[in-house]
Amino acid sequence: MDTPKRILVACGTAIATSTVVAKGIEEALKERGIQITTRQCKASEVRSLVDGADLIVTTTPVPSDLGVPVIQTLAFLTGIGKEEVIEQIITALKD
Amino acid sequence: MSRVIAELLQPTCVLLNQKFENSEEIIRAIGTELYEAGYVKESFAEAAIDREKNLPTGLPLAGGFNAAIPHTEIEHVIKPALGLVTLTQEVNFQNMVNPQESVPVRMVFVLALEQPKAQIEMLQEIASVLQNPDLVGRILKAESFEEVISELRK
Repeated sequence: MDTPKRILVACGTAIATSTVVAKGIEEALKERGIQITTRQCKASEVRSLVDGADLIVTTTPVPSDLGVPVIQTLAFLTGIGKEEVIEQIITALKD
Repeated sequence: MSRVIAELLQPTCVLLNQKFENSEEIIRAIGTELYEAGYVKESFAEAAIDREKNLPTGLPLAGGFNAAIPHTEIEHVIKPALGLVTLTQEVNFQNMVNPQESVPVRMVFVLALEQPKAQIEMLQEIASVLQNPDLVGRILKAESFEEVISELRK
């Protein structure tokens, strides 16, 4: 079995919105049979924690020069465009 | 069914059909109520206001009524609670994902979280409320704490 892909999930404080986003990603990808692990952090910690991550999903702006794909989205909170974002995440993990 | 939210909302911290000038006034009003009810430290309101300036929490929603979910670091919180403000006139918050953009908001949930990554049920319930335009509309029409709770428990 492939090693699970690692997703860094960022928000402002790492306590509220990233919790919902991490849970949402885990459930959506599990339903599709894709193995992942998530780690939550503050947007300000992204640079120091990016090593080893395959993708960053964030609800607040993060730097764009991290060398890892970044998806900025509120879809897991508001529901708007959620299916599209899940597809984006899956595509980003394949690359 | 939003059982956890219904339990965590405090009657004195639910301010319905209010008029405020700006986001700062809203956070200060609820922060004061949460402090007087013993849920947060005195520092909570100013910390949440500061955080809102740097890391805003406005969320554009599907149904036309937008929301914001101000919160701050756990060190300002004594025990978990929720505050709610509904507004008769829109107040601008900045968009969480794009802070340059203003989001005119009618509903504000103020989150007092005391553990990182805990209160997952409450956070998921808030997301489900935000994703349900009919429920958002009914909460905005509610005129009493009891009405809000009964809508949430449906």
